[in-house]
Amino acid sequence: MAVSVDEAVSTGPARDHAPPARRLGGRGRSVLEVVLLTVLAVLMLFPVLWMLETSIKENRDVYAIPAKFFDFDVTMAHFKDVFVAPDGGRTALSVSFFNSVVVAGVSTLLATVLGVPAAWAYSRFAVRAKKDQLFFILSTRFMPPVVVVIPIFLMYREFGLIDNKLGLILIYAAFNVPFTIWMMKGFVDEVPAEYEDAAMLDGYTRLQAFWRYTLPLLVPGIAATAVFALIFSWNEFVFATFLTSSDSVRTAPPAIAGLIGGTTTDWGLVAASSVVFALPVLVFAYLVRKHLIAGVTLGAVRR
Amino acid sequence: MGTVAAHGLRKSFGKVQALDGVTLDVPDGSFFVVLGPSGAGKTTTLRAIAGLEKLDAGSVHLDGRDATRDAPAERDLAMVFQSYALYPRHTVYENIASPLRARRCSSGEIAAAVEQMSSLLHIERLLQRRPSQLSGGEMQRVALARALVRSPRAFLMDEPLTNLDLKLRVEMRTELTRIHRSLGATFVYVTNDQVEALSMADQVAVLKEGKVQQVGTPTEVYERPANQWVAAFVGSPPISLLACRADGDRLVGADGWTLPRPRWTTAEDGRELLLGLRAEDLSVEQRGDVSLSGELYGLEPLGDRTVVDVRVGTEILKVKARPTVTGTPGERLQVTVDLDRAHLFDAGTGLSLSEAGR
Repeated sequence: MAVSVDEAVSTGPARDHAPPARRLGGRGRSVLEVVLLTVLAVLMLFPVLWMLETSIKENRDVYAIPAKFFDFDVTMAHFKDVFVAPDGGRTALSVSFFNSVVVAGVSTLLATVLGVPAAWAYSRFAVRAKKDQLFFILSTRFMPPVVVVIPIFLMYREFGLIDNKLGLILIYAAFNVPFTIWMMKGFVDEVPAEYEDAAMLDGYTRLQAFWRYTLPLLVPGIAATAVFALIFSWNEFVFATFLTSSDSVRTAPPAIAGLIGGTTTDWGLVAASSVVFALPVLVFAYLVRKHLIAGVTLGAVRR
Repeated sequence: MGTVAAHGLRKSFGKVQALDGVTLDVPDGSFFVVLGPSGAGKTTTLRAIAGLEKLDAGSVHLDGRDATRDAPAERDLAMVFQSYALYPRHTVYENIASPLRARRCSSGEIAAAVEQMSSLLHIERLLQRRPSQLSGGEMQRVALARALVRSPRAFLMDEPLTNLDLKLRVEMRTELTRIHRSLGATFVYVTNDQVEALSMADQVAVLKEGKVQQVGTPTEVYERPANQWVAAFVGSPPISLLACRADGDRLVGADGWTLPRPRWTTAEDGRELLLGLRAEDLSVEQRGDVSLSGELYGLEPLGDRTVVDVRVGTEILKVKARPTVTGTPGERLQVTVDLDRAHLFDAGTGLSLSEAGR
């Protein structure tokens, strides 16, 4: 069952009949909670707020000292600059966003198409050394990906995958397949195998049984898993930096990072492109928030 | 046609030997019950017949043809699962239609068949509901309808009545027997409920720890149990088993009692035996020549009868009596024994020694 934030931070059984404000109970306690949570929220959210503000400030307000928090002039020019070049054509940034969409989308699709059937197979069939295989699959996620950047780079150079969207798609899919298998195996385990048994006796083949009766029940799990994979691919920075160089292939993270540096930095443009970059992830996370919690509290999912 | 023959089925799950050489021959059109306690391998046997379980050894023949390696869909069997396994996202109608859709029947045929089944099982009102909106009894009927909607070689039923309340269970028992008679099809029915087994079956196979203990008609299994374990498992209240040994023309109990030795037993003197006495073959109300003395241990009134527990030495005899019987614990009693209906088992092997002489 999904646990809401309210439930998760509840401090114990309801105190309906307890006298108020005894020690740190009652109002005193909840005031303290609110204060602490507010402080935490401000600390965590200030950079986000600053990014949002900067993205809509006039340039002279962006660089104003002391910084202007409220009385600045609002402009959408930075957002226009993200997509439209001064000569009226597409900017390199907008191309990089498109690349990010393609790379993240296709790699997630690939990981899902490969990972879900694998998870189903690991869940349903007696596979030789199943636990060892699963551990091996998981172990590919133990090391920090940076460790293999150089070998991958050399490999990719041999295969001509450097500065190639396909190269990024493959490496992201490779990182997401183990994750997809592990997360989806939990979801498949939750679906009784008897639906498939019944379908096979109805006259369907095993694959038809999976397709007709198990897969529809896995859709929420697939959505949650795919969003995690999508967020990983969307945010990935290190491989994108090492394996791409041209503006036409580059994804958004290195492209945005590339805006910083040089003699002057257009902070308004950096902030606006960061906002554009962050939005899809926020929207997706919001859409599947219930399943995200279900996904991270695996095993507690109640059907 | 619909014969099911399973020969020498063996299956282990890790260290657990679930099936240890199970052999069953189910005749065409019979109501064949596989009876056993939980963990006996009943469900595994059924799943092996259905093709859902890969066997370590053994063969399954359907209508005389080797089907051991056939996929479930190729075996032309229908199954009712203990959990019913109704497809949760589909309506009752679609659930029942599923086997026909798999066979690419036309929608007209499907509609007609579903309508016929739903009226047979009185679930016409439920067709547009989803499984989560059904009660246990309704789900059971839908699961049954899904199995019955086509005419397979045989129907496999895995404890289909276990999850129902008692009243419904008794009703469905009658109904299943009626359906079986009207279809004339082969039923392989798994249960741990001996009342179901005895009341519905043409043939009963008693299973324990992956081994078939006895196959026979309900009467045979009850009246002539092959071994001590079958005798104890089948029958309620359970058969009373007393340790004893043959000594000339007498049976001498471990607790010192003596009874005349039944003529039909072939056991040699001194052999360790178990005397099995069913509650209805004992009486505290009638006087007879052959009796055991003991003291009243307790009364279990069951409405239509009372089970009297009588302590003989260190062992308890369960005696069936009229519901009006009274007594106080500790009171001395004579228990009349109908030795002609008694059973003798070898205490070591548990095998029946009654058969040879009868």
